[in-house]
Amino acid sequence: MAESHIDEAIGDERPRRWPARFYLKHEKKILGTLTVVVFITIWELAGSVWPVANPIFLSSPSRVWHAGVQLYQSGKLLHHLYVSGVEFFWGYFLSILVGVPLGIALGWYRRFNYSFDPFLNALYAAPVVAFLPLLVIWMGVGIASKLTLIFMAAIFPIVMNARDAVKTTPGALIEAARSFQASQYKIFKTIVLPSAVPFILAGLRLGAGRALIGVFVAELYIAQAGVGQMIAEAGATFNTDVVLVGVVIFSIVGMITLELLTQIERRFDKWRPHPGGRV
Amino acid sequence: MTVKLETIGLGMQYKRQRDGSRFVALADVNVRVEDKTFVALVGPSGCGKTTFIKIVDGLIKPTSGRMLIDGKPVRGPGNDRAMVFQEPCLLPWRSVFHNVMYGLECQGRDDDASRKRARDLIRLVGLGNFESNYPHELSGGMQQRCNLARALAVDPEILIMDEPFAALDAQTRELMQDELLRIWKETRKSVLFVTHQINEAVYLADQVLVFSSRPGSIRDVVNIDLPRPRPLAIKRSAKFLEYEDRIWAMIESEARQTMQEEVLS
Repeated sequence: MAESHIDEAIGDERPRRWPARFYLKHEKKILGTLTVVVFITIWELAGSVWPVANPIFLSSPSRVWHAGVQLYQSGKLLHHLYVSGVEFFWGYFLSILVGVPLGIALGWYRRFNYSFDPFLNALYAAPVVAFLPLLVIWMGVGIASKLTLIFMAAIFPIVMNARDAVKTTPGALIEAARSFQASQYKIFKTIVLPSAVPFILAGLRLGAGRALIGVFVAELYIAQAGVGQMIAEAGATFNTDVVLVGVVIFSIVGMITLELLTQIERRFDKWRPHPGGRV
Repeated sequence: MTVKLETIGLGMQYKRQRDGSRFVALADVNVRVEDKTFVALVGPSGCGKTTFIKIVDGLIKPTSGRMLIDGKPVRGPGNDRAMVFQEPCLLPWRSVFHNVMYGLECQGRDDDASRKRARDLIRLVGLGNFESNYPHELSGGMQQRCNLARALAVDPEILIMDEPFAALDAQTRELMQDELLRIWKETRKSVLFVTHQINEAVYLADQVLVFSSRPGSIRDVVNIDLPRPRPLAIKRSAKFLEYEDRIWAMIESEARQTMQEEVLS
């Protein structure tokens, strides 16, 4: 991983004691950890030691932790997690499976794109969750309507990014390939696809966030189980601790997904310069 | 000497998107390039030099006229020509070696002989130690060396070069000119070299075609009678400067006019 600090000049070898050296080496991690620790501490103190607000509204990290442990021990947490996980995985997976090739095709075939542009723009701009009542009418309250909602929520950023990635392939490279009499297939394989990968992955990131929103909304509306349903139920009974357990789970799932995408990106990314390092 | 490339009455017209009026980029361009000679094209910016060589490379089709290679009419790109682009146009996700292989791959010549050829050329252009580096790890001059090797790899009969050194700094540029002559001597291609630097054209070429603009056409042909090999010091010889002055005199008024128009518009 490229580090973001500027290489130290050779002349700048002032003797530093080890704490300073240790700090400079791990600056990013230390500062990040520090703010999180400070935040959690203040929250904890605000909730219990100096009761700034009623714990029913504010909760505190220790209460969230206890609620989480309790839910885990009762087996409910794993059940919710399993239900939501299956929905998220299949909904997101299908949206990638359909969205990436569809976006690439739209970017590659001009007329295809012209034909579907109005639909895409309308659906991209619209809040897809508005379709939920209709989906329920069509498919009932089972997993089909939920998967469809998640799929619809995630697919549009994926399609749009893949399409624009293909459309913005550097023209100079295509011209060079044509100069060597490259076939359309060769141009597609050796220029269009590789140059599109970073943008497609950016679309997958956006799609992951949308898919999680889809999971939550679908469960809010039509579920017997799932993390979203757990949050909704806890919210209705003023159980702030459990609500926050759900929120934390959603962010952890989101972060894991993004991290996986980062790992994939790194595999495709060896050739790219990293000015200023990676964030 | 046999004629390698000939264009007869080559013309190119565009329709302006704005008002649909016609814009004549090239009119009646007649060029003869003799086999294994180095021909440079100079002219003020916007005179249609790049349009002309893109037609020669087959990337765009002329609206009138014909082009002959070895006396046979051609349309479209072919194995017999290869282009060194102004921007290096290297594929950023491919190493130097795989970039040099690219043209060969496109032409379905991805075999051991080609790989050996690519390696030899990488050495010839002086990138022997950088085979597995990516383009962003190379300097501008090195990128152009790679670009040159990629064009030479397909073993074209005509090498087309579109201001290949324009983006380089002055010193690198001089050295690359010298390098190009060395490489040319070893590979012996017919070269069509576009530049806006008169000095560069005179130093490199056997023959300089002076373009005039609006519409782009050949204004004059200057044969450069300087001995080869040419050391860089030849640029300070009286004869060299005379050529330079002569060509500059042809271009000057037009270049000034273009400049004024640009300021006014």
